[in-house]
Amino acid sequence: MNLFGKKSYFPADGGDRKKGADRRRKSGPSIPDGMWIKCNTCKAIIYKKEVTEYKLCPNCDAHFRMSPKERIAVTCDEDTFQEFDADMESMNPMDYPDYDEVIEKAQKKAGIKEGVVTGRAKIKGEDTVLAIMDSHYMMGSMGSVVGEKITRAIEYATEQRLPVIIFTTSGGARMQEGIISLMQMAKTSEALGRHDEAGLLSVTVLTDPTTGGVTASFAMLGDIILSEPRALIGFAGQRVIKGTIHQDLPEGFQRAEFQLEHGFLDRIVHREKLRDELGRILRLHNPSESEGVE
Amino acid sequence: MSDAMKSVAIARMIDRPNTRQFIREIFDDFTEFHGDRLFGDDGAVVGGIASFQGRPVTVIGIQKGHTLEENLSCNFGSPNPEGYRKALRLMKQAEKFHRPVITFVNTAGAFCGIGAEERGQGEAIARNLMEMSRLKTPIISIFTGEGGSGGALALAVADEVWMLEHGMYSVLSPEGFASILWRDSSRVAEAAELMKMTSGHLLQNQVIDRIIPEPKEGLEHNLSFTTDQLEEALAETLPKLCNMKVEELLKKRYERFRKYGEYSE
Repeated sequence: MNLFGKKSYFPADGGDRKKGADRRRKSGPSIPDGMWIKCNTCKAIIYKKEVTEYKLCPNCDAHFRMSPKERIAVTCDEDTFQEFDADMESMNPMDYPDYDEVIEKAQKKAGIKEGVVTGRAKIKGEDTVLAIMDSHYMMGSMGSVVGEKITRAIEYATEQRLPVIIFTTSGGARMQEGIISLMQMAKTSEALGRHDEAGLLSVTVLTDPTTGGVTASFAMLGDIILSEPRALIGFAGQRVIKGTIHQDLPEGFQRAEFQLEHGFLDRIVHREKLRDELGRILRLHNPSESEGVE
Repeated sequence: MSDAMKSVAIARMIDRPNTRQFIREIFDDFTEFHGDRLFGDDGAVVGGIASFQGRPVTVIGIQKGHTLEENLSCNFGSPNPEGYRKALRLMKQAEKFHRPVITFVNTAGAFCGIGAEERGQGEAIARNLMEMSRLKTPIISIFTGEGGSGGALALAVADEVWMLEHGMYSVLSPEGFASILWRDSSRVAEAAELMKMTSGHLLQNQVIDRIIPEPKEGLEHNLSFTTDQLEEALAETLPKLCNMKVEELLKKRYERFRKYGEYSE
């Protein structure tokens, strides 16, 4: 009930409030090449060198989307990341026309072979398995490879009795792989089920955007669910919801703050604090470091 | 009309027999239970206990209506989170009392609305996937009409997945597929074909294990033609699954879903 327009507690985004929000959100906060960049959230023109390795807007603190490589750099202890299944590539289970070309384009754009990077590493000295999705690769959509790599990473963690941390960002299932992409939801969830059964820790970190089949599977199954500020998190896309109910969506709908308020997140963590926070959570779950246990 | 489009049209027909009809035909003493114990009772999901040839079972299904009034009470067969949570509650109950679970799936998809998001549609579906994958009692899922994406899968992480001849199952509707991937919703037939969403294709891809034939004159005109065969299939399969050791049952269920994916290394 802010009659006098105290609307800008959030970074001056207006994403949910102005027309054209859908279009903007689709492109999302991202950094194009060149000396100067524009923040998609506050619209400020920023000198690129002002953006640190955390990829935050120096003006409004918007958390820009990160690649797995950038994420590893700010999350893992130096030179500890060992990648799994780096060469796994998609095939074409549905014979979708020109899928090869779609894949090739995505690989060029994102500079990786598929939409997730998995491996093991240390965070603040603690061993963990990691999966990091990449929104630059076909919007982080989950097809066979994404599902398989994440499942293998979880299974490895179960075998090695390690925690698993999954950074999610995804538009949902990979349409081009049809029903096989839907099955990845069951596959990843059952792997997490076994990891859970073994008494091991899973942490999911939901980053912008996490929607569709990824929200409706492993993203929401972490023992601890963290998120970055303002991340879009939901099951259905906003256009689909509008089309179904013919109503405007409330302010801040499906943002991290909304999910926290509704009880679906444990914590929203600023990116600069995420590494410390993950390190602390891992340490508090590591029995070898707590006294009096065994 | 292509075979795929024909199946899509049949699967969606308003007078196609619904979950309550299947339950009535196949089971005795159906006793419906309500509510998720958390928020409310979702009319889109019907569930309870019943007897199948003398064996106590838990039956859960997504309900569509034949009339507007019926459809309003079951939200056109699109469950909200409380529907999936009710289903999970009943499945856990089945596990406790060592009853097998039979689910009937017929939905265009989980409901897409503000309330559904506020109450965690994604979380509800995710939870079902994980809990069903390790539920210590047999599960058989039967697709009777539409099988729309995660909203269908949330009742179908089962030991066996069966489908009526004109059922379908897909990652999204052919309309959605055409409009998202080609920005051209008129290419629905092409999408339906490409998506391999009919029972024949799904059997080939091992997404389903068995096709239950439908009568030539239409399921709505001769329901017992199909339910007789369903009964036979259940009579053959349930004892087998119920006699299996729990560890073996769960191992097989895990492997059933673990195998999906095509990739090169």
